[in-house]
Amino acid sequence: MQFTITKAPYVKPITSIPIVMRHVLYALIPALAAYIWFFGFGICINILIACIAAVVSEAFMLYLRKQPITQGITDGSALVTAVLIAFSIPPLVPWWIPVIGTFSAIILAKHLYGGIGANVFNPAMVGYAILLLSFPVEMTHWAPPLAEELGYEVLGFWSTIIYALSSSLPIDTNIDAITQATPLDMIKSGIKNNSTITEIRMDPLFGKLGSFGWEWISIYTIFGGLYLLYKGIINWHIPVSVLTSMMIFSALFYAIDSDQYLSPGFHLLSGSTIIGAFFIATDPTSAATSNKGRLIYGFGIGSLAYAIRTWGGFPDGFAFAVLLMNSSVPLLDRYTRPRIYGKS
Amino acid sequence: MNDSRTLLADGLWHKNPALIQLIGICPLLAVTSTLVNGLALGLATIVVLVGTNLVVSLLRHALIPSVRILIFVMIISSLVTTIDILTNAFFYELHEVLGLFIPLIITNCAILAQAETIASRNKLGKSMISGLGSGLGFTIVLVLLGGMREIIGLGSLFSGIEMLLGDSALKLTINLPYEGALIAILPPGAFFGLAALIALRNLLVSKVKVKRI
Repeated sequence: MQFTITKAPYVKPITSIPIVMRHVLYALIPALAAYIWFFGFGICINILIACIAAVVSEAFMLYLRKQPITQGITDGSALVTAVLIAFSIPPLVPWWIPVIGTFSAIILAKHLYGGIGANVFNPAMVGYAILLLSFPVEMTHWAPPLAEELGYEVLGFWSTIIYALSSSLPIDTNIDAITQATPLDMIKSGIKNNSTITEIRMDPLFGKLGSFGWEWISIYTIFGGLYLLYKGIINWHIPVSVLTSMMIFSALFYAIDSDQYLSPGFHLLSGSTIIGAFFIATDPTSAATSNKGRLIYGFGIGSLAYAIRTWGGFPDGFAFAVLLMNSSVPLLDRYTRPRIYGKS
Repeated sequence: MNDSRTLLADGLWHKNPALIQLIGICPLLAVTSTLVNGLALGLATIVVLVGTNLVVSLLRHALIPSVRILIFVMIISSLVTTIDILTNAFFYELHEVLGLFIPLIITNCAILAQAETIASRNKLGKSMISGLGSGLGFTIVLVLLGGMREIIGLGSLFSGIEMLLGDSALKLTINLPYEGALIAILPPGAFFGLAALIALRNLLVSKVKVKRI
């Protein structure tokens, strides 16, 4: 009888890019399902458009850089970037918003820095930041969650597609009737008008813990994040330190003045905190690489995001926090290099 | 004759202060939000450059080497102050827009570099031509970058031209049929734009080199 004899390692870790990227996409499925339930299928159109734009721009850049095109496209990294961008933009936007976002992510943030594995900044967040700075009006109009129940008008199937393609609405509706500022946005402008948090949170857009709709999407996103942890694709250090620092700071200020500062639960379950902590901050290329470095990196993201949310000019600061900490990664990696065993 | 042509070519292309030497890029990045702003600052810089080179070149035998930088800066600042007061008097709105960046021409290293490397060592004519070439090269980049950022960021071109040419020039302003992506006129747009221009120049140079071989 003949046994096949192989060499170690016998248990292979997931290392190839296509498999990692595929698992990341799987992990986003629960969040996507919750998102569709609350906000309609606008995000599906955005994902489709962003994915097409990602494949086109990836192929174009690989062609310019004279690299194998099929391998670059099929590894799925461009698709993950596209899907993350689609998650971060409002569900109802004209088609050129996801296209410009994806183009700037793939071309500027990824390939100009040397392609996959060499980008300094998280491509999806660069795309989002460019969109937010360039088109503040389109980027801050969100359709309210479960719009019908809250008494808003809802766009039908065809009207949504027509709006995405030509940015024209049916004659009897206008954009203010079907969209709303995000809850974090409302809190910010409410506090500016001297209302207390309790007063602002009377609005039906706010749920029990966080913002209505968003809190459930966040909870479903946690399942995806736990799946990634279980598969060993991400380490626990970054999500845990991001969420912990966010909780520490929000609890501190909430304890000082609960009329001016939001509760820790609200901060954790609204905006992009959860998806950012599990899916965006953990991007293996642009995050810190040593365990101690990862903890500092995550702590920086959580505290900066809290600071920008609370005192900054933008409603949600997660993208900027990630980009700022990305730029400090070389320094973190340098000073937190693990000691080699046996050397002091 | 041939000599002055090389000097101009140096300033415009081979030793362009904005694209090759990368000096004086602070005003370059800060004021080029529209084409007209870039053009106005460029014209002011040309005047200061030529004037400084003229004065420094005339004084070059009387310069004391150990304090020459001080003297250069004093010559430059007196010229800049004159320009500042003149624009304030005749182009008041433009002066409001450009603000601090006209006084800041004093610290533009492109001018100090010209005074140090060309004007203090060469005859009057040569210094002035070199100053003109360098200033023109700087202005062209300012105008290109301003135009690019204005088209992408505001969807218009030549907006504010009336501040330079009077109200009759208002119809020169072109409005393109879109809103524009704001990022182009915010600081990141300046960096992206300048990088794109430098890359374009390098591409052209590498194409020419390939042809020659």
